Amino acid sequence: MAEEFKSVVSPLPGVFYRRPSADAAEYVQEGGRVEVGDTIGLIEIMKNFYEVKSDVAGTIDSFIVVNEELIDIGQEIARIVVE
Amino acid sequence: MGRSKTNETLIFGPFFHGLNKRVVRPEVRHLREQDEDMNFPKLLIANRGEIARRIIRTCKRLGIPTVTVYSEADRNMPYVQEGDERVLIGPAQATKSYLNMDRIMEAAAVTGAKAIHPGYGFLSENSEFAKRCRETGLIFVGPETFVIEAMANKIHARNRMKEAGVPIVPGYDGPIESVDDAVSLAVEIGFPLMLKASAGGGGIGMQRVDSEAELRMAYDTTLQKAVNFFGDGTVFLEKWIEEPRHIEVQIAGDRLGNVVHLFERECSVQRRHQKVMEESPSPALTTKTRERLYEAAIRGAKSIGYTNVGTMEFILDHNGNFYFLEMNTRLQVEHPVTEMITGLDLVELQIRLSAGENLPWTQADVGAAGHAVEARVYAEDPKTFFPSPGEIGRMNLPSTGARFDFGYGEGSTVSPYYDPMVGKVIVHGMNRHQALAQMRKTLQQMQVDGIQTNLSLLLKILDNHQFINGRYTTNLVTDLLRD
Repeated sequence: MAEEFKSVVSPLPGVFYRRPSADAAEYVQEGGRVEVGDTIGLIEIMKNFYEVKSDVAGTIDSFIVVNEELIDIGQEIARIVVE
Repeated sequence: MGRSKTNETLIFGPFFHGLNKRVVRPEVRHLREQDEDMNFPKLLIANRGEIARRIIRTCKRLGIPTVTVYSEADRNMPYVQEGDERVLIGPAQATKSYLNMDRIMEAAAVTGAKAIHPGYGFLSENSEFAKRCRETGLIFVGPETFVIEAMANKIHARNRMKEAGVPIVPGYDGPIESVDDAVSLAVEIGFPLMLKASAGGGGIGMQRVDSEAELRMAYDTTLQKAVNFFGDGTVFLEKWIEEPRHIEVQIAGDRLGNVVHLFERECSVQRRHQKVMEESPSPALTTKTRERLYEAAIRGAKSIGYTNVGTMEFILDHNGNFYFLEMNTRLQVEHPVTEMITGLDLVELQIRLSAGENLPWTQADVGAAGHAVEARVYAEDPKTFFPSPGEIGRMNLPSTGARFDFGYGEGSTVSPYYDPMVGKVIVHGMNRHQALAQMRKTLQQMQVDGIQTNLSLLLKILDNHQFINGRYTTNLVTDLLRD
């Protein structure tokens, strides 16, 4: 059975964060489980913060963008192995 | 203090250029004879965009050499080329460039700059930065380090003002330890309340709560935001003021302990707790309340030994009672409103005070005339306020009738990494009616293509009867979008 990947793409340009604050733990780690609606990261755009949520349940395969990296609209953020 | 000192024929400084000459305006009060070079060292501007351009304009007039700093995202911004020297300080992320003290100190060392102007936002109210500048022998254009430190914490600032006899919003002045702690205090003070981050600012980290259930819900998120944004999870409670208006008083102080006020600015037109339109004088104040407000602002500033230019922010309730909110130890975004009614150049005043000069006049010498209004043009959806970065195509700014403080020009890119403010439009009239008409005319003539802007919202505000009557509160924009 082939594994089904789901790409999470950025709806916005800005700066990507994997944790809610500099000292906090990451929302989710690679290999970690996510449910529908779970936050996997933050995007800062013009001093506003938007949560990036998963719209599938599954396991994080990998993050394509690292913490604090600049990100463009439509850019792939992470891949999730769908359950 | 007179409000009537006017002159119809005087030539204005560079930023008054383009104003309709028939409008009666205050006499321009350059602190020294115009174009006389000031003996002030090379100044590095630790900021970007419109405020960097604004500072450069005054420095050029005073003969002060300038250094601009920029991030990789800002290479093509107009301000970068307008300074005499420029230094790339890092990647787009503010934490790696405009908030990176090491890189800014290096830029000063490399260029031999001996003074730093922090502008507003970024490091402007960071006492650690002011301290580092001064320990390195640089002039920091701003108040003493201990003053910045004292006002940075809202609980501390409230207590200092209370001691000085300045009215503060009823509430709890100590930090709150837990959500149960918050609830029992809230019951004591009475709902509705504002839950606020002590280290907060710029409208971030505050939440209105109307009931115990709402307080319990808001507590964790406010605390989390306080930690995320300000690295300090201390929160406190303030009584909610009904029909609130935000009115601030511009003050200036010198090292001899002289403090004067430079009148007020009405800042109640806000969206998401951030200012959209400001005016002076405030249409809400009676002569008596206005005088009490000025007196409180001066008393508060004197009590902490304030030096340089600063702003005391107050909240006014529907009975004309006012309460201290916070003090901004820097130049405000909306400082041009004050410049337009007084004829003063506040950046020049900041520079001269930081050079050790004293106030060149007493309160009685400072006059204001007419009415000024400022509108902030934001790159955002006019209804949802959703940010709209992108490249500006055509940008038409009428050549007369208004002052334009813009950080961007045609072909500039409004990047997603910084503040959404594209620029400010400032007008002056003999009275409020004339100033509002001039603002309406100017905004109608303006065109900014390529990005979404709030121009249509600004025009809607100008057509709103509450705004026209001067009977508006901080709820104006929310009410207007609901209708």
